[in-house]
Formats: sequence, structure tokens, C-alpha cells
Amino acid sequence: MTIFEAILLTIVTASTPLLIAALGELVTERAGVLNLGVEGMMAMGAACSFAAAVSFDSTLLGVAAGILAGAFMAALFALVVLGFAANQVGSGLALTIFGLGLSGLIGAPFVGARRDPIPHVDVPILSDIPYIGRLFFEQDLFVYASFALTILIAVYLTRTRSGLTLRSIGENHTSANALGLPVLRTRFLAILFGGACAGLAGAYLALVYTRFWSPGMTAGRGWIALALVVFAAWRPGWLLIGAYIFGAATVLQLHAQAAQFGVPSQVLSAVPYLATIIALLLLSLRHGRAIGAPGSLGTPFVPDR
Amino acid sequence: MKADVSSSGPPLVELIRISKRYGDLLANDGIDLSIEPGEIHALLGENGAGKSTLVKILYGVIEPSAGEIRWEGRPVSIGSPVEARTLGLGMVFQHFSLFEEMTVAENIAVALSGEWSLANVRNRLSEISRTYGLALDADRAVWTLSAGERQRIEIVRCLLQNPRLLILDEPTSVLTPQEAEHLFVTLDKLSAEGCSILYISHKLEEVRRLCRRATILRAGRVVATIDPRASTAREIAALMVGNEVGDIRTDAPHTPQGEVLRVRNLDMPPVGLHGQALKDINLVVRAGEVVGIAGVAGNGQSELFAALSGERLAERNDAITIAGKPSGGMGIEARRRLSAAFVPEERLGHAAAPTHRLSENTLISHASTEVRSGFILLNAAKRLARTIIKSFDVRTPEGDPQARKLSGGNLQKFVIGREIIRKPKLLIVDQPTWGVDAGAARLIRQSLVDLARDGSAVLVVSQDLDELFEVADQMAVIHQGMLSPQKPIGEWTKEAIGLEMLGVAQAQGGAHAD
Repeated sequence: MTIFEAILLTIVTASTPLLIAALGELVTERAGVLNLGVEGMMAMGAACSFAAAVSFDSTLLGVAAGILAGAFMAALFALVVLGFAANQVGSGLALTIFGLGLSGLIGAPFVGARRDPIPHVDVPILSDIPYIGRLFFEQDLFVYASFALTILIAVYLTRTRSGLTLRSIGENHTSANALGLPVLRTRFLAILFGGACAGLAGAYLALVYTRFWSPGMTAGRGWIALALVVFAAWRPGWLLIGAYIFGAATVLQLHAQAAQFGVPSQVLSAVPYLATIIALLLLSLRHGRAIGAPGSLGTPFVPDR
Repeated sequence: MKADVSSSGPPLVELIRISKRYGDLLANDGIDLSIEPGEIHALLGENGAGKSTLVKILYGVIEPSAGEIRWEGRPVSIGSPVEARTLGLGMVFQHFSLFEEMTVAENIAVALSGEWSLANVRNRLSEISRTYGLALDADRAVWTLSAGERQRIEIVRCLLQNPRLLILDEPTSVLTPQEAEHLFVTLDKLSAEGCSILYISHKLEEVRRLCRRATILRAGRVVATIDPRASTAREIAALMVGNEVGDIRTDAPHTPQGEVLRVRNLDMPPVGLHGQALKDINLVVRAGEVVGIAGVAGNGQSELFAALSGERLAERNDAITIAGKPSGGMGIEARRRLSAAFVPEERLGHAAAPTHRLSENTLISHASTEVRSGFILLNAAKRLARTIIKSFDVRTPEGDPQARKLSGGNLQKFVIGREIIRKPKLLIVDQPTWGVDAGAARLIRQSLVDLARDGSAVLVVSQDLDELFEVADQMAVIHQGMLSPQKPIGEWTKEAIGLEMLGVAQAQGGAHAD
């Protein structure tokens, strides 16, 4: 394996949690709910998955615990923003703070523990393709799952009845309600799905990416996932591309720092974030408005009774 | 008054003593209503009479507090719009229930129950389009469509469910006269095929054109069920309003004097993606006359208002002349100092600050008299608010309430009164009676006419043609940012206005006024 290939491999590992978390948030936002708690749900996913994996010595149980923890946090959020029609921005920020704190508490006994790497699964034939074969088809199951999830969500949103219902509710919840579409139920499920994805992304961070737990290890990845959804204009295909551009930027700036270009490391660390801002700027310049944003995004729904 | 019902068997739908209570307010108070198969039944009433509440109950959006609904003689409970549709009800909403970013086909598919595929929806869409003459392009996104096309989507959406009863809520409020006539033909055809229609409106002419029976609501109660063709518009209006509606007095001789407002070749680029550009606008308003601007919503009315009021500045200073002074580059307050006054379309948030008290709201346009060295003259402002409330019959829940606590009609009376009380030489009003009940509308129109008769110049932008025919001396039509020639009101026919609204007259080479 050349150094170049090794770098490319770390890009895949860095991009996968961003992609998974952002896919979940994309579905939530397409249903019209803005959940700023991704970072908190991800941290809880990481802590709970690591705790379960170490306690039962099972990666599978760890992943399940991570997904459940994310979904549980999302359920709390749903109770507040759907049940009590509370402000979504405030509730989401509170969820992040709560999640970061609680994950530190849950993870505290496990600081210093380590997990073994999980096996990679080769896809026959495809992995023999030069360059990209080893990169994309000799990976762990999470990477394949993230690709499958991207395709499934794209198909779900554009080709299924239920996906159309979800988009309609995100676009205009008043009209959707008047048509008899189940606004609150759909949103509840979409929020749960978003939480489960964030939890899975956290599990990936703890069990595959770092293989240890430390407080605050999500390091702003939840916020990046949120920005990616806007960057991708709420479309799964663009989200895949965006996650990899961002993953690449994160990894390459590390190598650039190591190579000592004579540029302060802080500037290089800021590159991915600057890239996001510039990309958003260029997109909005071209279209003249917030393209693709669901019409009811962030607005509480109060049924007319 | 009772109209004869010549039909055998039970009515399609019967509402029996339906009531709906919101706190202390009885929105519906024991309403009885029955609709026969194939009948076009009108539901008439002012804003706030309880029409919308009643229809929402029928369509399962809200629950009645008391009463019974019978469908073909059987008692039913309609718990949700889905149940209403299963029963055979279809509804076309006043404010469209469409999804802007989605295509026509998707908008229709989302309302269908049961199994479907997009290809299937497309086929049925083109079938219905042909049968009823409702042309639609399945793959266009809704935000690119006109109001008429949007309404067609709503109607097709209902027709795909094979409804037994179609409910239309103020369907023509956004249509040109030609589009409205097109809609009436479709409705006649549906009715002939046995589909019942509940037609909600406050436009009497339409109701007389379409319906044999009309139920009139006032303050949540049924005041009469009549045959609208056997009653005069005045009689029906009297039932709706509760006291005889007087005509607008325009008795004073019409002698326009000098020019107060002149617009010369005004151009303005559009704002934003869906904005409308203004193209070569020419207009004259003289002292003593009311000039009306007609047109379908979204053709540049708000842009024209913004240009005239100074919310957006013109490139050339001489594009707009107020009281002899070139003022295209002047801001709003500078134009007010030339004795101009402006009432924008949006009452809450544009003409008035919702959470400010009425006295504070007077400062918006009376800053020069109610403020001294930066300090508000609170007592003067309160006095002024009281005077406006008294002279313009503004009904308030308390002495000096927040603007948002007033009903639409009362707030509109207040913001128009606030400008008129300054005795401006020029008053420009955008949609003066939009969403206002008949009593308030009459008072507002009368005060506009009175102001002109006292020697001011008045410009009224309105979508309501009947209103313009009542108040205006001169009229022009705006279409896609261009203004038709300005002519005395007597020289306009509804047909000529409709052609201008569609841009047909301009395409045929109509010259612009100078």
C-alpha cells in the first residue's frame, strides 16, 4: 500500500460518519424539522456504543446501543418540538449541550479502554478495479451501508408514496394537514430516523475511527453534517459528494500540517470550514435564493382545532 | 324567504343545527344547510360570518361543538379530511394548498389515496384536462405557474377522486374575468353530470350567474336561504350586512384641477427571483379625482406602489413628479413633506406595527407633528389616535389597543384614517378593502371619494373591479409591469379590462397614455 493509497483510505474513514449523520439530518429537514442537536446525538451514540461494546465485548451490540441512544435523544427532541411545538433552534441547541454532557458521564468509566479494529470485507471482482477498487471495495461494512443508505434515501424521497408525503409535509405543513396527511406522525418518525443515523455515525467514530472514547471526541462533526445538508441543497446525491469533499479537506489539511508548508496550522485547520462557506456563497449566488430548502423548515406545526 | 326545492329523495348532504364555539365566540350558531344532488349552492356572507368555519367542519378539518351531519340521509361523523374524501367530498381552498417546489403531477399524486404510479397520475391528469378543458403541464414546478393554473391543479386534484360534492372557497378572487368565466363553464358541466357544488363567495354577480339557491350567513347564523336570481344585489347585500347598504355618494361635480402626481416613463428592475419589473409607466392624477389601477395580483402592483411611495427610488428624479417637484429620488418621508400619503396593501407589519399601540402607530406617518427634538409627544399621539378612532368608526376592544388586536376591517379603517386625517394633497392606496367586511369597505370607499371631492388627488390600486367602478373617475390596467392607457371610467367595459389584464390588448398594439 502506497502512502497515497493510505491517505485516500483515511479520507473514506473520515467521510463516512459525516455522510451517515448528514443523511439522517437530511430526512429530518425534508420533513420540515430543523434538528440542531446532531452533535449531541452523535456524542451520545459514540459514548453508548463504546460502553456497550466494551462491556459485552461485542461490536454488534455496540452499534445497536449507539443507534438506540441517538434515537432516544431524538425522541426527547421530538417530544419538545412536536408535542409542545417549542422553538426548534433553541431545543436543538439544548439537545447538543445535554448530549455532550451526558455522553461524558456515560463514557467516563471507559476512558483509556481500547477496541480492536473491525474486519474489512472485500467485494469480489470490484475490489480488483485499479485505484478505486481497493479504496471503495475493501472497506468495512459501515462504508457499504452508507452508500446503500444514500441510494435508498434518494429512491425513497423521489419514488415512493411515503417519501412524497414526507416532502409535502416539509414543504407546506398547513396544506399537507388539510389534505389529511399525518404531519406529526411523519415528523416524529423522521426525527427518530435522523437520531438513529446520528447515533450510528457516533458509533462509527468510537468503534472504527478512533477505537477509544474521550469526551468531546465528536469535535464538531455534527455541525459539519448540518452544514453539509445545506451545501447539498437537501439532495442525497450531492450530500455524498459534499461529505467526501469535506472528509478529504479534513484529512489533507492534517497531511499538509505534517509536511510543514510554513503556513500556521490553525489556518490549515480552518480550510474545510472556509471551503463550506465559499461553497454556500457560490451556490446562493447562482440561484439567488436558498435553493431546495423545505418551505416549512423550522416552523412548529400547530393543528387547527 | 324560502326557495323551492324540486327534487325527490334525501338531499346529498344535510347540516343540522351545527355550532362551533371558540372560547366566548360562537363562530357557528345552530346552522342548517342542505344540498341536493347536482345543485350549485352558494354560501354567502361577510368576512367573519362563519363561512370558513362551517366549511372546515364539513370537510373534517375541525370538529363541531354540536350538531349533526347527514350524508344521503344517514348520520355521519367526519373526523378528518381523509374521511371527507372517502365519503365523496372535494375541496378547492381559497389560499391554495399546493407545494411550491414540487411538480404538478407530484402535487396531484400526494392527494390521492390508494395505489398509484406517477405515469398513471399523468394519464389520468391529461384525461381530465381534456374532458373539462383544464390545460396543465404535468412536469412544471408549481412556483412557475399563474394563479389560474394553480387553481386548475386544485380542481383536477378533487376531480380525480370522483367527488359527489365539490366545495370552492372564494375561487375567483385571484382570477381574471375570462379565467373566471372559464371556471363557471367547468362548474356548469360538473353540475350537469350530477356533482353538487358548494360555492362560497361574497361576489353577488357570480352567485347570480351560477346558483339557484343561496344560504346567507351573518354573525354565525343563517339569516336566509333564497333564490339569488329572484333577488336584487341590493337585497342580498342588505341580508349579508344586516342594514341597507347605501350607494357611494359621488354627487359633487367632477372638476379635476391641476396635476398632483405625474409619472413619466418610469422603469424599474425586478427584485428577487419572482419580482416584476416596471416598464415605461405613464400616469397622471389630478386634484379632485380618483384614479384606479386594476389588474390581477402579482402583475407589478406592489412594485408600482413601492416606486410611488419612495420605498424604492427611481433612477431618474423626473420619472415621478409630486406637486410639481421632481421626486423620483426622494425617500418616503421627503415625499410626505410634499403632502403625499401612502397606505400599503399589508395592514399588519407594513402599514402598522402589530405589537405597538394605535397611538404609537400614528407616529409612522405623523412623525413631523407628534415628535419634538426626538421625544414623542405621547398625549398628542393619544389624542390623534382617539380622533381617528372616532371619525372613522374604528371598533376597538379597549381605548388604545395594540394594532394586532384589531380585526382586519377595523385596522384598515384606522390606517386609512391615519393618512386621510392629514388632509394630504395626494393619497396612494394599495388594495384598500382587501379582506375587509362590506360595512368597513363602504366606509373606506366613501372616505376616499370624499377626500377627492375635497380637492385631493387619490390613486387606488385594487384587484376588485366593482370597487374601482364605484370610486374611480379614471382607470388604467396593469399587466406584467406595463400600464394600459388611462381612460375615464365610463369608457371602460369589463371585457376591455379583462383583455388588458391578460395583456391581449397590449399585444394588439394599444398605445400607452402620455
